[in-house]
Amino acid sequence: MSATIALPDSAPPPPPDSPKMSLALRVLGSRKLLWTGLSLFVVLSIIRATQDGADDLTSSGTIETTLRFTMPILLAGLAGLWAERVGVVNIGIEGMMIFGTWFGGYAAWKWGPWVGLLAAIIGGMLGGLIHAVATVTFNVNHVISGVALNTLAFGSMRYLSELLWDRSDIQGAGISQSPQQKSALPRFDLPFVSGGRIGSWQSPDLMGWFEKRGWPILGDIGGIVKGLTTNVSAGTLIALSLVPISVWVLWRTRFGLRLRSSGESPQAAESLGVRVIPLRYAGLLISGGFAGLGGGYLAIVASSYYRQGQTANKGFIGLATTIAGNWRPTGVLASGFLFGYPEALNRVGRDAIRHLLLFGFIIALIWCITSLIRGKWARTAFGAVIGGLLLQQWLIIDENGISESLTGGLPYAITLVVLAVFSQRLRPPAHAGMPYRPGDSH
Amino acid sequence: MTDTSIDERPRHLRIANPKPARNRQDALVILASSLAAVLLSLIVAGLVLWVSGKDATALFEKMWENLTSSNKLYEMVDRATPMIIAGVAVAIGFKMNLFNIGVEGQYLMGVFFAAVIGTQFELPAVLHVALIMVVALVAGSLWAAVAAVLKVTRGVNEVIATIMLNALALNLIDFLFTEYFRFESASLDVKTKPLPTTAWFPELVSGRLSAYILVALAVALIYWLIVFKSRFGYRLRASGVNAGAARTGGIAAKKMILASMLLSGAIAGLTGLKYLLGESYAYGPTRPEGFGFNGIAVALLGRNHPAGIVISALLFGFLDSLSGPLQIAKIPSSIVLVIKAIILLGVVIVNEVVSVKVARRTADRTAAQLEVAGAAA
Repeated sequence: MSATIALPDSAPPPPPDSPKMSLALRVLGSRKLLWTGLSLFVVLSIIRATQDGADDLTSSGTIETTLRFTMPILLAGLAGLWAERVGVVNIGIEGMMIFGTWFGGYAAWKWGPWVGLLAAIIGGMLGGLIHAVATVTFNVNHVISGVALNTLAFGSMRYLSELLWDRSDIQGAGISQSPQQKSALPRFDLPFVSGGRIGSWQSPDLMGWFEKRGWPILGDIGGIVKGLTTNVSAGTLIALSLVPISVWVLWRTRFGLRLRSSGESPQAAESLGVRVIPLRYAGLLISGGFAGLGGGYLAIVASSYYRQGQTANKGFIGLATTIAGNWRPTGVLASGFLFGYPEALNRVGRDAIRHLLLFGFIIALIWCITSLIRGKWARTAFGAVIGGLLLQQWLIIDENGISESLTGGLPYAITLVVLAVFSQRLRPPAHAGMPYRPGDSH
Repeated sequence: MTDTSIDERPRHLRIANPKPARNRQDALVILASSLAAVLLSLIVAGLVLWVSGKDATALFEKMWENLTSSNKLYEMVDRATPMIIAGVAVAIGFKMNLFNIGVEGQYLMGVFFAAVIGTQFELPAVLHVALIMVVALVAGSLWAAVAAVLKVTRGVNEVIATIMLNALALNLIDFLFTEYFRFESASLDVKTKPLPTTAWFPELVSGRLSAYILVALAVALIYWLIVFKSRFGYRLRASGVNAGAARTGGIAAKKMILASMLLSGAIAGLTGLKYLLGESYAYGPTRPEGFGFNGIAVALLGRNHPAGIVISALLFGFLDSLSGPLQIAKIPSSIVLVIKAIILLGVVIVNEVVSVKVARRTADRTAAQLEVAGAAA
């Protein structure tokens, strides 16, 4: 049986990380993206400053919630990244997160939040191990194994809930819910920036002051920075720190190089003496650990109990951020925020969310103008139709106009749009998702 | 392949690729390996129950009771009905190497629009049902078309796209239902406007078995005719086995992706109609769910063959019919879901192992024959 080696497509190679490039550029990857991001921010700021009830677009409350909603998606995205970098497509992230929520919720209730996080990681790794046995050892199709894993996780965790918590002697527990945890992870405010305490002294809240003034740009920066530095849980810090750690391990260590080579061309790696099978096991265990931690975050940091259905498709959205982030940790983080933001706005800024329609209209307008300049008529027409629809909706909608089920679908719609726009510029690991048996190519 | 003498006939009369004598033997191997996977998962389930301090023998007792009760057998067939259709929908995708994870969303769209549009007309019985089925076909097909178009024009992976479309379908239906199509009735149940009796599907066994099983069997038959016996099906399978070779042979890959995805979505649209036309007669929050996964499992267990799909759907229907009796025996009914997942994993693993063995055996035989032929020449 001859293995097919896919040629990498002709997309330009990612820019080299030379030390000259500024940090922002290295995170975003290109100058164009940086300018686009900045101008979109200015547009958002003007909308926030001029429209009624739009304060929550960049308020510290919204950003704080965004951070909390983004972390599980980020961890799921990193889980997808680690798995696909080593050459295995991981549709089972959702299932691994379910393992994480259950084990995390159980251990945090019994032994406290830190043990809970550890248990969540171990639970996720268990899922990663199952996926590895099926896809690496037995070469089962990766998508099928992932689908089976999701169902296995849902069914078995529900079974455990029914077994352990479907009793009347544990308060607050039930067939689909764990009892409430007694303690939570510590939370921090940054001193001087957002009024954190040093000892018993309350430092000034600089960013909060800016936010209250509400000036364009400065007020928004105040809200965003305060939101990012207020009430930050230790779990959030752990999750965020995994982004640079992933970058470092994958691109700066021997293990990372081997791991990525196993995802690009296992035959070539094998011919250089890399043992691909153990590497893939390692990659999937790490992937499962990340996903499990994401589940644990949901059960321990974002709430204080396990609930059935808590993952709510976050594993799948995470997988979409892996793709939209071009299989790079910083890209995953950026697209994670893209999905976390509308979700947060939907939760805490319901009256502001309608102004996203105006924001969308302005983006469509810019899109129209640029396509018009380039002479692409079909794109212009498409943009005009979408923009017209958005503007018309924005004009007729009042404060509580948008139905919650419609805004709830926003992350999924954004995923589809982002994938449709960027899919052809992305470069996945060349061998992700394909079967591999050692020695086949000789 | 025992005759290893060199073929002396003119080139055009030689059999280029002699068909190995494999069909019956391979069918037996497949059957045995699938059975092994099912048995294995039942043993695992028994172990799980035993470890968690439940009565494991009760599981097998209930199984036997269900197998010997005619009412439970009707229930099994009834529960298998939508799974057959969902399995066929998934299998069409598999034959083309496409993963239609989106069956879940497609049949929900089918059910919802069938329920909404079906109440807008007054028609004689047969016509009304036919119209509703057409609506469901079109709705499922259009929802699948989104993923197909994204794949063909923008290169978006259909797995991610259909997963997102599943979630989006739920949100969209919730929105349309709560804003526009909620029917205010005297009773408290929240549903769309109920369908008139002309749209009700007849029952084979009163209160036990809907005649919709006949539709499911017809779908399986049509699937067999289209995919295994028609020119379109040949192209579909060719693209699935080797896309590059099929393209060289003049089969337009993009058209095949569109066609197979639309067909898959259309059939998926029919899945939920047993619930709509045979149970609730309106769309409500107690909508059917989980047939996307069941369809995938059934298609894989049945190896994309219509007969295999029907048999595996019956097996899954049988497992589902256990959940009530298990509850009575104080066994958590979620064990059924665990069994299903282990069956799925077991079957795909066993399939892989067997296919590697078969491939190796074929390779060894061919090598041996080549040696013989080389020695003769």
